[in-house]
Amino acid sequence: MNITNRLKSTEVTVSALAALLAAGAFLMPAWLSFLLTLALAKALVVLGVVLQMRAGLVSFGQALFYCIGGYGVGLGAQSLGIADAFALLALGTAAAVLLALICGFLLTRYREIFFAMLTLALSMILYGVLVKSSALGSTDGFNVAPPSFLGWVPEGDARKQAVYLLTVVIAAAAVIGFNRYLKSGLGRVMEAIRENEIRVDYLGLSPRRLLFANYVFAAAISALGGGLTAIASGHIDPDMAFWATSGEFVFIAILGGTGHVAAPFIGAIVFSVIRTFAIQEAPHTWQMALGLVLIALILFLPKGLWSLVSRKHTKAGNTPAAKEATA
Amino acid sequence: MSTILETRGLTRTFGAVVAAKDLNVRIDHGEIVGVIGSNGAGKTTFINMVTGYLPPSGGDILFDSRSVLGLAPREITRRGMARSFQVAQLFPQLTVIENALISLVAAEGPWPSFLRPLDTPERRAHAEAILEDFGVTPYRDAVTSTVPQGARKLVDIAMALVSNPRMLLLDEPTSGVSVEEKCPLMDTVMAVVRKHGVTVLFVEHDMEIVARYVTRIMAFYSGEIIADGSPRSVLGDAKVQELVIGHHFDLDLLGEPA
Repeated sequence: MNITNRLKSTEVTVSALAALLAAGAFLMPAWLSFLLTLALAKALVVLGVVLQMRAGLVSFGQALFYCIGGYGVGLGAQSLGIADAFALLALGTAAAVLLALICGFLLTRYREIFFAMLTLALSMILYGVLVKSSALGSTDGFNVAPPSFLGWVPEGDARKQAVYLLTVVIAAAAVIGFNRYLKSGLGRVMEAIRENEIRVDYLGLSPRRLLFANYVFAAAISALGGGLTAIASGHIDPDMAFWATSGEFVFIAILGGTGHVAAPFIGAIVFSVIRTFAIQEAPHTWQMALGLVLIALILFLPKGLWSLVSRKHTKAGNTPAAKEATA
Repeated sequence: MSTILETRGLTRTFGAVVAAKDLNVRIDHGEIVGVIGSNGAGKTTFINMVTGYLPPSGGDILFDSRSVLGLAPREITRRGMARSFQVAQLFPQLTVIENALISLVAAEGPWPSFLRPLDTPERRAHAEAILEDFGVTPYRDAVTSTVPQGARKLVDIAMALVSNPRMLLLDEPTSGVSVEEKCPLMDTVMAVVRKHGVTVLFVEHDMEIVARYVTRIMAFYSGEIIADGSPRSVLGDAKVQELVIGHHFDLDLLGEPA
């Protein structure tokens, strides 16, 4: 099967799954659709982490863009009086892209632990600023008014369903779009940069410029996740930029794996389910459950949950598709 | 014949060590130049400077009569000068064909090729033809870090040639390859190089290999070129025999002069 057909088959599968999830909006209990909304939004943020991991960089400060996306939505609604969900999300994402265009100049000079620590530092600067900003509610943050959807203002249950449906649609579009990106020349060259920058340079390409582009894409998708989270939860606070939040995104990235664009979505949903039940069963020691999961994962599934899917592919036949999935 | 590469007073020092001392080199289109010299003689320093990896301390480098001083490796590659490495520089976790595909998309330069899928049928056919040329087709789908050293050296050179350079610098193409494999490897490389009509400069320690393929030899000794000319004249030079080869070189090994 050639690449075009493979892309198409992935896109059909994703669309079908999205339709199924969308149909579920009217069947599943409210707590479940809320959990899924937050999990999918989180997955978009993690996708930003995964994009960079594939290029060999671990962002320990992706919460920076998650928070910018959230505050972009919150401030757009509160200060600028924008009501439309799409306009608010676009605003949060644009703010993150702008910031990434500035930070990118500094960050693309660094690799490995230096890159990780710098991303962390930048996110903690934002955290520090927000905590001290009494106009933005300091540590308490502020509430985000329910938005309208292209003029439609849903009430009651319909409001949550609308946010859920919007998240499902955006997540599906992101999976399809970024799947194309990861399989494109540009996306594959990112893996080459991870493997050997000197060779990439001698092939006539600038690793720094390409990493810069990748960094901006990652910022945009993470901000979109942050914006959706703000709309879904109706509240934002500086913890969105806290280092532990970034750590959670890295955790989910490892949980899902970096083998496929769908991996962070599987990771985020599994993570949310584990955490929800862990908090319910062990309210004071729930972090321990997550810790044990992480240890088990590193021992048994170092390439994340996605390796369960790709391993099945490989067994079914040594197809190029399977190889690409494990690459 | 016109000059493709020229260096003027090229110098590089590392602290008190002079790795390149006032190198004045002229290489013409179509030449196959061998570079010999013991370790530390300045051979790799020369290649590193010419390809933009190492900034010279002084002097100028002209490629096609234009200075390439201060340009990055990628810019020099785009002007038509490519190189291979003493230790093959590959993408070890990717397969051999993926290495070739990425080289191709880079050479296509990069927009809008970048937006299309990497592995298109046309690009794959092209990549397979390249692997065939270099005789590494059996390793096509193998993860590059798992293929034998000789094949990796060939993939390294293949990747350098993908951009259709006019000049190719090979840094010890046969290093790390067993003695029996050296000649077949060089035969393969030189056959492809001749097909492309590329000017070649290659560093090699094995004098028989050098003498077999080149039209000209430059002998380096502690940052200087102590002899430059036909294989016969350089290998027969008493100074070269004493300082570079370390023993008397039997010119009969070269066969009849061409």
